[in-house]
Amino acid sequence: MKIAVCLKRVPEMELRFSIAADRKSLDQGGLKYEISDFDGYALEVGLRLVEKEGSGEVVVLCVGPDGVQETIRKALAIGAARAVHLKAEDVPFDGFAIARALAAELQDAGYDLILFGRMATDTASGTVGPMTAELLDLPCVTALSHLEIANGRGTARRDLEGATETVEYPLPAVLTIDEGIARPRLASLKGIMAAKKKPLEVKPAQLGQVSLTVETMALPPERAGGRIVGEGSDAVPELVRLLRTEAKVL
Amino acid sequence: MAATFAFAESRDGNLRKVAFETVAAARQAADATGGGEVQALVMGAPGIAARAEELGKYGADAVAVVEDAGLERYSPEVFAATAAERLRAGEYRAGFFAASAQGRDLAPRVAARLGVSLASDVTDFEIQGDAVLARHPAYAGKVILTLRLVGTPALLSLRPGALVAVEQTRPARVETVAPAMTPDKARVVVTEVSQRSAAKLDLGEAPVIVSGGRGLRAAENFKLVEDLAAAFGNAAVGATRAVTDDGWRPATDQIGQTGRVVSPSLYVALGISGAVQHLAGMRTAKTIVAINRDKDAPIFKVADYGIVGDLFEILPRLTEEIKKVRASQ
Repeated sequence: MKIAVCLKRVPEMELRFSIAADRKSLDQGGLKYEISDFDGYALEVGLRLVEKEGSGEVVVLCVGPDGVQETIRKALAIGAARAVHLKAEDVPFDGFAIARALAAELQDAGYDLILFGRMATDTASGTVGPMTAELLDLPCVTALSHLEIANGRGTARRDLEGATETVEYPLPAVLTIDEGIARPRLASLKGIMAAKKKPLEVKPAQLGQVSLTVETMALPPERAGGRIVGEGSDAVPELVRLLRTEAKVL
Repeated sequence: MAATFAFAESRDGNLRKVAFETVAAARQAADATGGGEVQALVMGAPGIAARAEELGKYGADAVAVVEDAGLERYSPEVFAATAAERLRAGEYRAGFFAASAQGRDLAPRVAARLGVSLASDVTDFEIQGDAVLARHPAYAGKVILTLRLVGTPALLSLRPGALVAVEQTRPARVETVAPAMTPDKARVVVTEVSQRSAAKLDLGEAPVIVSGGRGLRAAENFKLVEDLAAAFGNAAVGATRAVTDDGWRPATDQIGQTGRVVSPSLYVALGISGAVQHLAGMRTAKTIVAINRDKDAPIFKVADYGIVGDLFEILPRLTEEIKKVRASQ
């Protein structure tokens, strides 16, 4: 099985962010990067499917500046066979531009499955996977929490609000993966050594026109919280009074 | 005058709350640009047309209804093809979807079919001439972006609960239309929908969320959380990732960066320390209450009201007090 996994390099979310002087980007000082959480699950799903079948390969695709090659090498160390770096000086916010660049590379490349994380943890939009599927005219299932594949067909489960959908689809297909589906493995020392020699092709990203941009970026207003009503259960009546008369939520 | 499009989501023959929010947002957009029509689209199994008029209450002027026995469940390809066809035919200035589980699947497909971009999971928006400015929390909710979207139609998906569905009744014309493709031609087929907790309110729709963390100490102690939710009468139960990872609660109850992102009127955090990943999922709640034994827990920095102390002592008393309040209402 030939599987493409589209990864995004994102800042580590545990960090304290500050806004750059242009008011539309993050201050790069002190930022550290990692593979977006959900994309890590997508990579694990791809590796397991190839291992189960005993043949095929996982190819990693990543759009971004030269810095993303470090992220790509991580994915190669974890187990991907080779990678394509679609080079762009900046990664636009516009998911449709990214989808166009990926679709141009994936078109006619003979992948059985194209995997994405459910969304990137930085932009939190979840648009690139389904948009890429539409551009390629491939069946697509988003936010999978479980999947099985047999005889060229897949069965997937996805969580809705208060319910779960079972979805069937034919391959080739585009899938976006929710977290928790399979615990991602760590890179072994042997994998890290091997990754240095794995093929990494660099091509220009064909992003096309960008129609969605970041106008401003701001830190959320600090909640004026921190008000301790009291200690122990004796504070309960006062809390309830405040919820009724001040917050007016009861 | 350009019209505004709204996709009105339904499930099991009923419109969902997000459908009204979506139509109300479209009304707001239309009024801000000279008061053109709001034209909604509803898709479902036969019988859904009977619900269409309800959308007039939130400002829809016209509702196109697609009824087909093959649309009892969501069909991504049929829905996307039909929504794209309507949007293409109508010369719309803007189109609104819900950023619900279904809408997050549907809206990007429709955008790609139309060859336009999508502002996703938007909490507020403003139309400014040729551009739409859309607010979108990103980076685990730690950064608020204002996005600039150009082109027509401008497509947006709206975070459930972020915009209030203001009533603004209009007589809605209802017309039945055919789907853009027949459901039996779809490659992707939803074969089953299993309700997890049909009787309970969904986290995305409940006005009150009562949420528990590790401080509950054991799965069986969530009974206390459920009792409090029951006392409110309009509450859903959520949990932290630590709790769902430990299997105390189902993964679908998880609130946070990698789980559900919610904006209820009232969020009650019980035994939750307030890790950034959790805060990402609930910091836009209108009012936050925290009860925790550690007075230095970060949750108190975002909580409007806090009580420091032993949950197991405080919780039963709170449940009693809420019951009294509800009984008097």
